[in-house]
Amino acid sequence: MIGERWINLAVPLALLAVPLYALMADEPFTITLATRATILALAAVGLNIALGIGGLVSLGHAVFFGLGGYAMGILAFHAQNYSPLEIGPLTFAGTKSMPVIWLVAVIVSAMAALLIGALSLRTSGVYFIMITLAFGQMFYYFAISWSAYGGEDGLSIYVRNGFPGLNTLVPIQFFAVCFVVLCLALALNAMLRASPFGLALNAARQVPQRVETVGLNPMRLKLMAFVISGAITGLAGALFADLNRFVSPSMFSWQLSGELIILIVIGGVGRLMGPVVGACLFVALEHWLGGLTDFWHVWLGVVLLGIVLFARGGVVGLLTGKAGPHV
Amino acid sequence: MLEVRDLTARYGASQALFGVDLTVAEGQAVALMGRNGMGKTTTVKAICRIIPSQGTLTLEGKDLHRLPSFRVARLGVGLVPEGRRCFRDLTVRENLLATARPGDWTLQSVTALFPRLGERAGQRAASLSGGEQQMLAIGRALMTNPRLLILDEATEGLAPIIRQEIWAAIARLRQETGMAILLIDKSIRELAQVSDRAVIVERGQTVWQGAMSDLTPEITERFVGV
Repeated sequence: MIGERWINLAVPLALLAVPLYALMADEPFTITLATRATILALAAVGLNIALGIGGLVSLGHAVFFGLGGYAMGILAFHAQNYSPLEIGPLTFAGTKSMPVIWLVAVIVSAMAALLIGALSLRTSGVYFIMITLAFGQMFYYFAISWSAYGGEDGLSIYVRNGFPGLNTLVPIQFFAVCFVVLCLALALNAMLRASPFGLALNAARQVPQRVETVGLNPMRLKLMAFVISGAITGLAGALFADLNRFVSPSMFSWQLSGELIILIVIGGVGRLMGPVVGACLFVALEHWLGGLTDFWHVWLGVVLLGIVLFARGGVVGLLTGKAGPHV
Repeated sequence: MLEVRDLTARYGASQALFGVDLTVAEGQAVALMGRNGMGKTTTVKAICRIIPSQGTLTLEGKDLHRLPSFRVARLGVGLVPEGRRCFRDLTVRENLLATARPGDWTLQSVTALFPRLGERAGQRAASLSGGEQQMLAIGRALMTNPRLLILDEATEGLAPIIRQEIWAAIARLRQETGMAILLIDKSIRELAQVSDRAVIVERGQTVWQGAMSDLTPEITERFVGV
């Protein structure tokens, strides 16, 4: 069995090796696939804070992914059309700067997570799943009917947004941006889980009533986790929109929320590298099996069934020999 | 310090407490006694606001009825619950750090009180023996730096040698810190050694309270059945 520390080191290195190999072999599409896996991993790293450490099964995390995407889409849309963005009496200019877009995506997603979390966390179990799903559907149908920004057709952004000192249209450079952001999010996740906050959140997942008797407010702990989680997933949404140079209501869809959960389950719930392993496997299966059959989701279902029935620690759990769903 | 008067509580339609009275003064150790099912744990749950209750319930004059459970703990009530319930997925060290609040009790002082916890700092709580889990539950409560420690059946189901170790730690707590303690246990001999006062509940009501030295064998036989 392999120690989890080795996995934590080896997985990012392996993810980095794929596009570097593709660069040498002149396969830009493989770099794009690795970038897609990196961004999905980032979204799932965000969800894993709520789901893995906090035990919050959110079926509405696509809300934050979509908000991040639309933050990018709207700002870039106004920048490319040279039209001001008017919110009530305030007028803003659009922007094509990635750091500014990321900041807006993080703030908007965090605020939405605060609002949704404050309401949803009053419930638990199946009711929490349903209420987060309901929020997801609300945002989805709002985006469909938001004709100013493309409605059902979505928004196309013609040129990828810029990052100082880089040409983000070069696939390997955009991958580098996404990879660094993913590494920072993983470092934040690792620090969080070892901090008193992370330990208390973990404890609140295990014995919610007992943490109250030691002076911890489980509602506040979970809300903070939900906000951090939503902000990271929102950042991933902005990057995903930049990867595709396209934003559509499907970023808000419940299927996407489900996919984020699926790739965490495949990788390992609560494991630091679970979302990364899950996202890489998901994208690889999507690419290879998708090339063989239109019904590749059936085979993904088989993989998921196998993991849920025989390897509840996901792939990382299998490799480390720790079968439990959590670390 | 803690004042409980005419405390009533119910689980749904069934009433469990009919008027419990007890006080714990600063630095005092009070034994809460009674047969099984007479309302000892329910009283503790009501004090910690785990279940709703009515009557007078104050800690240093503050009405605990107005506070949620975590606020009661922050005011200084540390509970070692029946059945331990450690955070199984966390290590011993993480269990202690998760609940730490500023004060004299730190990782070092807790592991000095229970050296076994220091030896098993990196071990997951789920893999500890029952006695070690109990020590961890006490250590976890101490890490909140309580002014009143409540121990609910802290030695239940443990081997005699572990029970001795836990009673010795409780005695050290009394001698060295002067912390107020409310104890529930079945070992009257050990309770008598560490407690100043006793309160006996029967059918959800206080039926006797007084100094430990006034607790005669007749009273314990009548109300506690020993």
